[in-house]
Amino acid sequence: MNPAYSVILFTTASGAGYGLLVYLAVFVILGAILPTDLFGLYGLILALALVTTGLLSSTLHLGHPERSWRALSQWQTSWLSREGVLAVATYVPAGLWLLLALLAPGTWWIVSAFLALLTAIGALATVWSTGKIYQSLPTIRAWSQSVVPPVYVLLALATGGVLMTLLIKLNGGSGARTSIIAAILLLASAAAKWLYWRKIDNMPRTWTAGAATGLGSLGAVRPLDPPHTEPNFIMREMGYKIARRHAEKLRFLTLGAGLLAPAALLALAGSVPGAPGLLATVIAAFGVAVGVLTERWLFFAEAQHVVSLYYGAQQA
Amino acid sequence: MQQKRDEPGAASALQEPHIDLSRASADEVKTTTCYMCACRCGIKVHLKDGRVRYIEGNRDHPVNQGVICGKGAAGIMQHYAPSRLRTPLLRVGPRGSGEYKEIGWEEALGIATGWLSRIRATDPKRLAFFTGRDQSQSLTGWWAMQFGTPNFAAHGGFCSVNMAAAGLYTFGGSFWEFGEPDWEHAKYLMMFGVAEDHASNPIKIGLGKLKARGAKVVVVNPVRTGYGAIADEWVGIKPGTDGLFVGALIHELLRTQRIDLDYLVRYTNAPALVIENPGAANDGLLARNDQGAILVKDRNTGDLIDIDTPDLAPVLQGEVALPDGTRARPAFELMVRRFLGPEYAPEAVAARTAMSADQIRRLATELAEAAFDQAITVDQPWTDWHGRRHEKMVGRPVAFHAMRGISAHANGFQTCRMLHILQILLGAIETPGSFRIKPPYPKSIPPRIKPRGKPGDVKPATPLGGPQLGFPTGPDDLLIDDNGSPQRIDTAYSWDAPIAAHGLMHLVIANAANADPYPIDTLFMYMANMSWNSSMNVPAVIDHLTAKDEKTGEYKIPRIIYSDAYFSEMVPYADLILPDTTYLERYDCISLLDRPISDADGPADAIRHPVVKPDRDVRPFQDVLLDLGWRLALPALTNADGSRKFPGGYPDYIVNHERGPGVGPLAGWRGKDGESFGKGEPNPNQLDRYIANGGFHHHPLPDDQRYMKFANRGYMEWAHSKGFLESMDRLVMQLYCEPLQRFRLAANGHAAAKVPESHRERLSTYFDPIPFWYEPFEGQSVDTTKFPLHAITQRPMHMYHSWGSQNAWLRQITAANRLYVARQLAEKKGLADDDWVWLSSHLGRVRCQIKVMEGVNADTVWTWNAIGKRAGAWNLDPAAPEATRGFLLNHLISELLPEREGGFRFANADPVTGQAAWYDLRVSIEKAVNEPHVTSPRFEPLTPPSMSRGGR
Amino acid sequence: MTALPATTKKKLGLVIDLDTCVGCHACATSCKEWNTGGYSAPLTDEQPYGADPHGTWLNRVHSYEVGTGAQSRTVNFPRSCLHCETPACVTVCPTGASYKRAEDGIVLVNPDTCIGCKLCSWACPYGAREYDYKHGVMKKCTLCIDRIYNETLPEEDRQPACVRACPTGARHFGDLGDASSPVSKLVAERGGYDLLPEMNFKPTNKYLPPRPKRDETTAKPLSTPRETIPQHDGSPTERLFAWVDKVLSA
Repeated sequence: MNPAYSVILFTTASGAGYGLLVYLAVFVILGAILPTDLFGLYGLILALALVTTGLLSSTLHLGHPERSWRALSQWQTSWLSREGVLAVATYVPAGLWLLLALLAPGTWWIVSAFLALLTAIGALATVWSTGKIYQSLPTIRAWSQSVVPPVYVLLALATGGVLMTLLIKLNGGSGARTSIIAAILLLASAAAKWLYWRKIDNMPRTWTAGAATGLGSLGAVRPLDPPHTEPNFIMREMGYKIARRHAEKLRFLTLGAGLLAPAALLALAGSVPGAPGLLATVIAAFGVAVGVLTERWLFFAEAQHVVSLYYGAQQA
Repeated sequence: MQQKRDEPGAASALQEPHIDLSRASADEVKTTTCYMCACRCGIKVHLKDGRVRYIEGNRDHPVNQGVICGKGAAGIMQHYAPSRLRTPLLRVGPRGSGEYKEIGWEEALGIATGWLSRIRATDPKRLAFFTGRDQSQSLTGWWAMQFGTPNFAAHGGFCSVNMAAAGLYTFGGSFWEFGEPDWEHAKYLMMFGVAEDHASNPIKIGLGKLKARGAKVVVVNPVRTGYGAIADEWVGIKPGTDGLFVGALIHELLRTQRIDLDYLVRYTNAPALVIENPGAANDGLLARNDQGAILVKDRNTGDLIDIDTPDLAPVLQGEVALPDGTRARPAFELMVRRFLGPEYAPEAVAARTAMSADQIRRLATELAEAAFDQAITVDQPWTDWHGRRHEKMVGRPVAFHAMRGISAHANGFQTCRMLHILQILLGAIETPGSFRIKPPYPKSIPPRIKPRGKPGDVKPATPLGGPQLGFPTGPDDLLIDDNGSPQRIDTAYSWDAPIAAHGLMHLVIANAANADPYPIDTLFMYMANMSWNSSMNVPAVIDHLTAKDEKTGEYKIPRIIYSDAYFSEMVPYADLILPDTTYLERYDCISLLDRPISDADGPADAIRHPVVKPDRDVRPFQDVLLDLGWRLALPALTNADGSRKFPGGYPDYIVNHERGPGVGPLAGWRGKDGESFGKGEPNPNQLDRYIANGGFHHHPLPDDQRYMKFANRGYMEWAHSKGFLESMDRLVMQLYCEPLQRFRLAANGHAAAKVPESHRERLSTYFDPIPFWYEPFEGQSVDTTKFPLHAITQRPMHMYHSWGSQNAWLRQITAANRLYVARQLAEKKGLADDDWVWLSSHLGRVRCQIKVMEGVNADTVWTWNAIGKRAGAWNLDPAAPEATRGFLLNHLISELLPEREGGFRFANADPVTGQAAWYDLRVSIEKAVNEPHVTSPRFEPLTPPSMSRGGR
Repeated sequence: MTALPATTKKKLGLVIDLDTCVGCHACATSCKEWNTGGYSAPLTDEQPYGADPHGTWLNRVHSYEVGTGAQSRTVNFPRSCLHCETPACVTVCPTGASYKRAEDGIVLVNPDTCIGCKLCSWACPYGAREYDYKHGVMKKCTLCIDRIYNETLPEEDRQPACVRACPTGARHFGDLGDASSPVSKLVAERGGYDLLPEMNFKPTNKYLPPRPKRDETTAKPLSTPRETIPQHDGSPTERLFAWVDKVLSA
């Protein structure tokens, strides 16, 4: 699948934003953020900014962004519509929460906590539905894996955790527990991703050019003349191919520099106060950003669509 | 969105949006004739808001019966292509530079008149007038005749002349679009080298019928593309060896005694006695009596009797003593001895044809089985030439069809003749289920028209006494002077190509530039892309077009006038460009005098008429030609008072011109009242009648005249009355082709004309009255260990010559071409898909990209024809794939054979007809390592003149 | 809207005969010309005369080679929307622009409500949906819905443009939900099949497989000389002449 940058940015930015919202909510609920703490407000603003950037970016790949409101109508069948509905719905408690934090900081904790809880649930559900959009496409075997939505949620929580740690550090806190949690989530993401890759590397690729054309019983099916000599929409959108070696390097980069090394750095940073700890966290955050963008790019680039069988692929 | 909906954007979850299901597609639908190939299907053009909206097939039309092909349906984009020329142009820079001045029509016609009138007043042959698209040949040829030049022809010399001549000299008809398999009755069809872009809808409709009926279809072609793909059996024959295969089939039919003796005796010259008198002037001619009747020996009486005698019972074998003591033998025996010879045994031809002996024997068995064991009888009484009534028509339901694949070889004429002999032996011409002839064919064998242009025929300011193209039956008919020198610029009808019945357009530019046999003044061409895909050896042709005389600084071809609707590669090499209209903007006449649209059930002709107005300053070429003719005061175009004979232009000519009494361009609705067919006074409402009928006229033959036309008294009398058939003489199929023998005798010194030494052996060898197979010349003359492979082109069904590339839809399908290489060959050469290779011939080399395939003869590489474009041509982006990843094989094909002893170079052509032998190309292939991924050679990009934005 | 109708009154679709298709692209260009001015108007062409010409087509013809060596064959393969009974392209659509008509089962896109998210093209295994970059909406085969019910067209022309055009008669249109319809009978008779049936989208369109070749594998015994004439057991030439004599004397 064509790794469209708008979609990569959308899923990673909104994922981090939703992840951060979950942390903020948990902190509010647990009372770890004092209602008067501006840090909570800034966190909330950052999270919503990421989410909004992501969502706006996602409309960039629409042919008619001005019609995107229509996407809220088909929640009964469409995961994309559900994602939209959930994203919009999540703005309601999150917005009220933000309003409360802006207008009446320190009051109505129980209300804030309730709104935070709703926000967190919305955030998780939104990310889950993003994963479901992909997982529910049987035409793309690498996506229709049950591990896909959990990986989306794990990566959202991990990236959110890194951001949360960074915020705490920037706020002068130690972030010891948060960073450990973030590190664990990064490790879990790495494990999940590793499992995912192992799964897609070993999955039986049972769709064949023979089955796609129904001609398999006559022998191997190879394209002779294409329907058009220059790539068409289908090939541009779904014909992306990445060399195995290249993919392996990028996977290594994702796992090593993007997830494992930041996890180690974060674990370390939690017990290192002050500037060195902050620096380690910044480096970790940078690594995670690269890692998640690479991961998401690979998620598309490595995904083979069944339609490629009509354009020369032997199996999918 | 342009849709109109009742509730825009109000699709609720429960309600489907409202769609206007009955929106009218057209304000008006006009019916005319397609021009996207030579098929000439009927089309219905839907017009909306003054624009062409949709083109579909006309269900009533005899050619396409409602269907349309990929090209026809894309005609809209041809019509609106931005490559359309917009206004007359005068070259101002050097040839090829693309520097033009836009001029008006008055100036353009004035210039042309100036050039041409000077020529006509002094030496008309200094005008060479050649047309590429030849569907107005009856007009262009007639115009050239009025002008007085012998130098006229269309493109048949590099297209189809072997096929046409071989058929016309054998049975008075031809394959290509002049005949068709009996799609309704055939049980077995064998096709040889059938071009898939051409006459394609009737073939596709027919194949659909055969497939539905379960008839077996065999496709003989080195390459398996469209028709081969759906064939029951594909024979991947080696190029140029079809004659060996056909010869082996004949061998098998003779060996197993599976031939139609009755048919041979009744309808062919098989029993004719061939004189055996070695060294004498009559050796090899047919024995005749004093009245000129061809003689056969009656097996009962032993008498020598006229071959036209009814109920002939001739001997077919054995020496016969003629009254004067010379010996003779039946032609049949000579034919049998030729084909039962060991060289045509299946085992002997298997390796060369890339077939197995078993396969050849099996196919021969199947042909015979279909012809004889599955013979059909139609309860249709008919009367033969002798006047005998037959209660039934006996059908041999095995049909053949063939086109360029066997035509464009140096052995094409004899191979085509051999194929006809195979049909004749099976009794499978014009019977139910077999190959059928389309009226106005069959004609006399060959047609009784002789070429004009002998010394003395060409006089200043005087029309030529007859048509330039005809059918020589002996050396006396050649257009040569006392020294044997050619009289035509293209050397047609000279010893080089005695039966060049279509002229030799491909030689004109080289000969004109070399002043061989003489210089010309003006080359006038219509729609012929001679500086690109219509020429062999493109770089040399470009050199010829731009060559200057060192002394005078003048171009060696001093003036070039060119008419085309589009910016082809040829336009920049012309001095004066006369922009034509598109096929939807003009009148055309698809005449029985030319290449009609008949089917085997009756003659048919058609017109095009303007369905939209041009939006450019362009004029139909035919109007321009008539206008020029009047300006030149050509007698047939000018009234006595100096006024125009056809003031209404081409439509006026179509209606009012008479070729002979009552015979005009259109055969339908003649006579004042429009009630006559074929012959009758001009009918002022004729075009209206055509338009009302969908643009065509089809005259169905009565049931008893639909088959056996060459021997069917009813048909022949009718055809004779309409002028289709020159006489009521019996049509005798020529198993033995006596005219060829006359050329042979000339080579041995038995003719008034002296044959140059260089040509004698060639004439003696190749003008064999009984066909035979020989290795094509390129294979004979190049080192085949160095060039072991054959290279040929095929035509994609969705393209027509170079036209498709300017069509926004068709070019999306094929904007670049690959060289297709057999898997075995690729493995041997270490080649894989997408590799770049150098393909080399004795002339040059091209770099191109390959595709590996199964369905190709293992010793053959091929590509799609005419996809490669010169950068900038056809108003495409110079970086278009056609220019960067497209290529032509033309650059590899030489118009001349390698030099022989004495420095003489023969044309790379058939020795009988002069047909260009571009399917004889021999090549080698090597991987191009570390080379740019663009095709080579590349030429300077062309600059289009100012053009429309175009498109839709 | 993206909820599928429980049943459709008809199952209109195409039957494509791979045994007869010669790959001429008539269906593809006829489709393009009808639809670029019809319901899906316009079908944009990008760089139509440029270096990278491509555009929106609703029907494309592939050419495949199947098998190797003597057993190989070339199969031309037109491909367009199969109008599935349970099409995921419809259910994934977030706006309801994609829908399956309850009346006849035709799968359509409403160009007024499509947001151009392309998800439907991801959901379709057959590559049947093509995005129009210029107009930002998804386009697809409509089975020429503005032809098949169009009362301004002659009745015989109320069929999809591709079927109307096909020169070999390799395309058939009809109600595949009606077992007695000609198309259903054709499918039954010729073993018409679904593409990728395991994906469970239940395509309505069917493909008829290429028929077995008829070559040496199906050959009858070879001809032998018709008769042996006792005194002529010599060369084939003499045998032939003996036979000729006998026939002509009879």
